[in-house]
Amino acid sequence: MFPADLKYTKDHEWLKPAGDGTALVGITHYAQDALGDVVFVDLPEAGAAFGQGEEFGTVESVKTVSELNMPTAGEVLEVNAALTDHPEAVNEDPYGKGWMVKIKLTGALAGDLLDAAAYEALVSAESH
Amino acid sequence: MSTSATELMKTPLNAAHRALNAKMVDFGGWDMPVQYPAGILAEHEAVRTKAGLFDVSHMGEIRVKGPGALALVEHLTPNAVSKLALGQVHYTAFLYENGTFVDDLLVYREGEEEFLLVVNAGNSDKDFAWVQQQAKGFDCTVVNESPATGQIALQGPLAVGILQPLTKTPLDPIGYYFFTHGEVAGIKCLISRTGYTGEDGFELYCAAGDTERLWNAVLAAGKPAGLIPAGLGCRNTLRLECKMALYGHEIDDTIHALEAGLGWIVKLDKGDFIGREALLAAKAAPAPRKLVGFKTLEKRDIARDHMPVVQDGRQIGFVTSAAPSPTCGFNLGLAYVPTDLAKIGGRIQIEIRGRAVDAEIIPTPFYKRAK
Repeated sequence: MFPADLKYTKDHEWLKPAGDGTALVGITHYAQDALGDVVFVDLPEAGAAFGQGEEFGTVESVKTVSELNMPTAGEVLEVNAALTDHPEAVNEDPYGKGWMVKIKLTGALAGDLLDAAAYEALVSAESH
Repeated sequence: MSTSATELMKTPLNAAHRALNAKMVDFGGWDMPVQYPAGILAEHEAVRTKAGLFDVSHMGEIRVKGPGALALVEHLTPNAVSKLALGQVHYTAFLYENGTFVDDLLVYREGEEEFLLVVNAGNSDKDFAWVQQQAKGFDCTVVNESPATGQIALQGPLAVGILQPLTKTPLDPIGYYFFTHGEVAGIKCLISRTGYTGEDGFELYCAAGDTERLWNAVLAAGKPAGLIPAGLGCRNTLRLECKMALYGHEIDDTIHALEAGLGWIVKLDKGDFIGREALLAAKAAPAPRKLVGFKTLEKRDIARDHMPVVQDGRQIGFVTSAAPSPTCGFNLGLAYVPTDLAKIGGRIQIEIRGRAVDAEIIPTPFYKRAK
């Protein structure tokens, strides 16, 4: 149910390592569904660095706002500028067009990242 | 930890919402749809451009009947009840002695000596107890019809066209804030040309047991025209754009009718009513605070309900309701601010998660439907 090639956090972010020391970051289908229609994504500038678990932005929906936390320590290389005019991409394609930042990994991958099966189990428990 | 769904109250349409894959939330103790799969933005737009259908069966209905009914309702509310014709409805409030709000409500004149009071879901029990208590000494009966009554709201410019095929009652002649009794899809209804969205439309009251059939009939009839079910999420953005009050936000038991900008429902000359003395005094004194409309200046700055209004690091007021506005295309809200700051074009600052953010006071309502 959740893409097998991604890593997940318990705050519903996903991480997609590219194999070259960089990775993409976004929020999961479960997160976008809970938020409802996304109206704005507040992202940092390229060059900003964050430790694991640090807040790197916020995602605003019509009815609520949610923090974005960095899944693993990294420096922002690129920000998805298309989200400024099309924040709905986060709802429509959370793992593709809805990507939020591209980071350069600045440390070892965080040890407590979840694989798809573990994240699925977490989400099942949360929905009951 | 979350409230078990079995503890929440359910309207007659609960199964229907779940069958439509609605996202259900706890709304003041009721298990209600916040949105359907279309989403809040699409539902909001449907109401503004075509039509949306809301379950409002959680609202409360209190019937006051008897020779003393008019006098009781005049005593309980600040608006001029004697001016209501049979088949007419008006917006009003229950006020405490100090002029603050017990609730806001609609009063329907069903007869010379009969009134239907429609109150907010969350205040239903409180309001019924209030009316019963105040009714002592008045020659009338007070009956809580809420559990026996269902209600749905069809709202949007296409409402008349969608509903007319379902009823022999001519809908066009029913004026705004008037009502009649008739049959819709063969179901006995009170058909009211009212709503909480700023669009044309009807609120339909029926026996609780008929609600699901009525809902299904209207949804089916409206589907070709683009009617979709609409939840509480867009209900809030729609009413906010029209600057309609929500209890617990713009009005509550710490706010009086005049500072909420609701002086138009207060007829001080009509005779005595609970809260009249306090409002007379408030009218004579300069108002310390005022409800204003505002917009933030940056797309990223989205104010939310209850955020503080600040000046030099101190709280000077508060946001009552705020959200991104789908129709207006900017982030807006309502706030109580000191009267000397309450000027159109003036600037205020709202504290959004620790940051003091600039906002501009703008005229309200933010949206008004074309005539």
